[in-house]
Order: sequence, then C-alpha cells, then structure tokens
Amino acid sequence: MATVTLRDLHKSFGEVEIIKGVDLDIEDREFVVFVGPSGCGKSTLLRMIAGLEEITSGDLAINGERVNDVPPAERGLAMVFQTYALYPHMSVADNMAFSLRLAGVSKEQRYQKVREAARVLQLEPLLDRKPKALSGGQRQRVAIGRAIVREPKVFLFDEPLSNLDAALRVQMRIELARLHEALKATMIYVTHDQVEAMTMADKIVVLQGGVVEQAGTPLELYHHPANLFVAGFIGSPKMNFLPTTVAAVDGTGATVALPGGGQVTVPVQPGRLKPGDSVTLGVRPEHLGPADAGELSGEVLVVERLGGETFLYSQLPDQSMITIQADGEIPTRAHDRIGIKLNPSTCHLFDASGAAVERAQRHPLADMKRPTARKAS
Amino acid sequence: MTESKFSKWAWGILCWLVAIIIFFPIFVMMITAFKNEREAQTLSLFFLPTLESFHEVFARSNYVSYVWNSILASIGSTLLCFALAIPAAYAMAFFPKKRTKDVLLWMLSTKMLPPVGVLVPMYLIFRDLRLLDTRIGLTVVFMLINLPIVVWMLYTFFKEVPKDILEAGRMDGAKPKQELVHLLMPLALPGIASTALLAIILAWNEAFWSLNLTTSTAAPLTTFIASFSSPQGLFWAKLSAASTMAIAPILVFGWMSQKQLVRGLTFGAVK
Repeated sequence: MATVTLRDLHKSFGEVEIIKGVDLDIEDREFVVFVGPSGCGKSTLLRMIAGLEEITSGDLAINGERVNDVPPAERGLAMVFQTYALYPHMSVADNMAFSLRLAGVSKEQRYQKVREAARVLQLEPLLDRKPKALSGGQRQRVAIGRAIVREPKVFLFDEPLSNLDAALRVQMRIELARLHEALKATMIYVTHDQVEAMTMADKIVVLQGGVVEQAGTPLELYHHPANLFVAGFIGSPKMNFLPTTVAAVDGTGATVALPGGGQVTVPVQPGRLKPGDSVTLGVRPEHLGPADAGELSGEVLVVERLGGETFLYSQLPDQSMITIQADGEIPTRAHDRIGIKLNPSTCHLFDASGAAVERAQRHPLADMKRPTARKAS
Repeated sequence: MTESKFSKWAWGILCWLVAIIIFFPIFVMMITAFKNEREAQTLSLFFLPTLESFHEVFARSNYVSYVWNSILASIGSTLLCFALAIPAAYAMAFFPKKRTKDVLLWMLSTKMLPPVGVLVPMYLIFRDLRLLDTRIGLTVVFMLINLPIVVWMLYTFFKEVPKDILEAGRMDGAKPKQELVHLLMPLALPGIASTALLAIILAWNEAFWSLNLTTSTAAPLTTFIASFSSPQGLFWAKLSAASTMAIAPILVFGWMSQKQLVRGLTFGAVK
C-alpha cells in the first residue's frame, strides 16, 4: 500500500514563494503526472516529496504517516533523475546494488536482486559496463533498475524522457507504462510534455505558478478543462480561443457571437452568465472542419501536411488566427478561402475571469479510469 | 614558412629560453656539487667530477635525520590538512550559505600576510607549549600554512562533481559520511591527488618556519641547507652538494607527478 497525501504544502526559497499551497491525494498504484510549463514548481514539488528539498509549511504523508522530517532514504521512495545521475565510477551492477550495499545486505543477495531487475529491463549483457560506455536509453534503464532494486513504495520520475530522442521517447513511454502494470507500484512522474502526461497518467495534475490548476484523469482534463490555462495546455495543437460576448442565455445554453457575423449556442449550464458578458469561446482544432460553408470563414495562411492529417492555420475576418485539423487528403492550399464548420457540443466557454462555464453534459469518457487505478478487488 | 608554423617555432624557442633561464641556477648548483672547493669558486664547465664534497657533507651531518624530518612533516601536515579540509570543502561546496564565499576569501587572505609579521607571537606560543624543535610542532605549523590553499582547491574540485549524483546517493540511503567516502572522494580523486601533491611540495620547500622553530631534532632539509651558509664564508661545493641532496627527492617526485601537478595548479582547467 502506498498512498501519498499533500496538505497545504508551501515552499519558499528565501523571500520567493515557489509552491503556494498544494493539496493532493495520490492513491495506491496510481500513475500521477505533474505537468506544467517551465518554472511552475513541478520539479520542486517532486523533490519535496522525495526529501531533497525542505518543506516550508504544510504536511506530507506517505501511507498516512507524516514524513516532513524523515530523511529521503527512509521514506520508502526511489527516484529516477532527469540526468540519470548514475555513479560514473561504478559498474552497472554496482550502481544498482549501491542502495543495498549501504543497507548492509549480503553480497549474494544484492547481486541476486540486481540480476532480477536486470532481467526485467533487459540489462543483463551490460552489467559489467561503466555508465560512460552506455547509450542514453541504456543509462535510462539502469537508472530505473537502480530504483526497482530498492522495492520502494513510490517511484518518482523527474522528466526521465527529456534527454532521449523522439523515437526512443515513444518506445520508453510504452515500456514505462508496462513497467507500471508489472510492478503495481505508485508512480509520480514530472514532465513538461503534455503528450506524455495524456498517454501515461491515471491522474494529471496541472501546475502553474506553484498552484494546482486542475487535477483529474486525462480525458476529464481534455473534455472539461477548469480554466483557460488548462484548456490551452492540454491538447496539441492548442485550443483556439475566440473572445466574444454573450448574446442570449436560456435553458439550452448560452448563445455567443462569432467573428464575421453568425452565432452559436453552446450547451452549458449558464450559471451567472448574462447577455453582454465577455466570454472566451474555446474550440479544439480537431473539432473544426473545413467546408464550403460554415459558421465561420477565413483565409488559409499556412498548410502543414503530416500525411495522416493536415493543419490549416487560417485567419478570420477580424485578423485573429485559428487552427483547423483536417484530413490528410484534402487539397486545400495556402491563400484559399474556406468555410469552417464547428459543432456546438464540442465548444467550451470561459467567463471573464478565465474559469470554465460548466458544460451541460459530462463526456462519457471523462470519468473512465484505467484498470490499475481501480482499487484491487 | 606559414604564419602558424612560424608562431609555433617562435613559441617553442621562447618556452625553451624560459625553461633554460629558470633551470640554469639549479644546473650550476648541481655541477658545482661535483667539484672540490677550489674549482667551485670558478664557473668553469670543465672539471674532474669528484664526490669529495658529498662525502664531507655526509660526514659532518646526519643527512638521514633531516630527510626523515622533511618526509614526516610534509606528509604528516598534508594528511592533517586533508582531515580538516575535506569536511570543510564538502560543507562549503554543497551547502553554501550567503557567507561562504566571504569565508573562503578570508581564509585565503591569511596567506597574504608575510610570515615574519607573526614570527614573535608564534615563537612565544611554541615556546610556552614546549613545541619548539619538535616534529609535531613543525607538522602543525605546516598544516596551518597550507590549510587555506588546500581548502580552496578542494572546494573548486568538489564543485565540479555533479550535485545530482550525490542526491541519487542520498535517495539510495547514503548518510553524509557515506556520500563523502563512496561517492565524492572517488569522483574527486584526481583533484584530491593534485592538491595533495601541491601541499607536500609546499611543505617540503617551506624554509621560514623550519629555520625559526627547529634547531636539530626536528630540523628538515631546508634547515640543513641553511646550516651550510656559515659566517666563516660560503663553502660553495659543500653547499651545492647539500642542496642537491636536499632537492633530489622532491625533484624526482615532482617529475613523476607533473601531470597531476599541472592539473592542480590550473585548478582543473587542464584535464
């Protein structure tokens, strides 16, 4: 059992407050991803959980026990660093056995555990090599192996895939997901890459400026972002934002004006919205489609063809830019005029403060949990 | 000749020139050691080499005792230095506070004082503690002289060790002492070696405190050489013989470890 609880955590470096009050519950066997832009405090938060940074105020508990003052090695954690931090003067086997050696485990037992971990990660032929004779991906696996040998309650990953090339990153993502399933351990993972977050996480925690913007399952964040920041952060390419005003509000939703004339009624629970309020209309590129005629129209400025899909960067009559994801086969060229179709049920509305206006219906997939997140039955 | 070839030649010749100029006095001293007293007065390069000066020096004094004192004091003081400097440099390199740089500079500034400025207080302290002419006293003095430099150099070498390797060690369960022994020292070993070499050489060549705080029992080789500059006049040949015997060990030692020395003196910039 390994649960982690954060209650009102604060962290200051001198006068500067980096973490400004974080509350979080991480359940047993959950794969939690901390994601956010550079400087948002995600690495600092991870290091506070690890014990490498002191907690200025608040409570950190592992399995219900308060661990603020417990040294890192006694918290039952293991960490995989961004730079791998392998011991350069030791062989791979010694690197992985180091923690056990410090704990006084006998040589035979140490190397048995190392061999087991090496088998899981396919490191057996490399056991006698020194880190400098390994490739980036191999070093990555040794760093993970070093963590596995400790049999920790919680694994901590600090941007482990950032230093790998794109192809290797995809491969390692899959390996890490399978490792999570095989080890049945709680994992906390920090990244700035929202694709990694979306594909690997049971729960994503979006951080900005030392504060949690939203925490939820990947599809929950995708379909029901709590504010403009989360909406713009999750999903690639970024969601399109069109500032507009409310024309009318009724039981079916809020009707807003579109640039170039025209209106759309977005199915939301209006709450406190009234006609005349400034709102932001959000639509994801994948929910827009080029057509001969549509609610919007514009001129295509740049066409990006990826083969399977095409991105049309277009300009609306009011000079604002909009991104449309289209099929790979369409013949549209730069400077073509196109109509843009949108589906009201895929639109989002955000009020003047940036908070999302609650949608009328929850998306059926938004509350879907991955198998590992379900409590063991 | 192309531009770069010419400058290569020019630099080469310049380096040789500087080396010859620096080495020349030592060279003269070495050949004078093999002359007898009469020949030593002249600077001629043509002479019959003789070992009579060496014989006389050996006969007149206990060379072995001086060598032993030099070795004891140099190595002893270096070990003592490290015992203090390693924890100090570790603290300053990995747990820096606002004042750390100031403390380091202050330590280094004590080296700016001409030793003679504190000669009287030191002598009196040593006398009252009965440390005059003792090997322990000499070792302690050498340690104090070298400590600022050793701390500074170890600090710069420790800073080169990546912080996250030590953090990984901490996560693996290493207490600070274990971090130091298992991780930091192996990784900083080249730097530690260069620093140790430098400390040994500085202690070996130290003349001021050796002359003032020792007479016979604890006298190292520097005192030995000085004792040959007597008021009766300078016995060039014997002085040269004594000096050659005094510098021989350290010269060989320095030659063998020159790579590490260069690394140490350039603060690791040359790897």
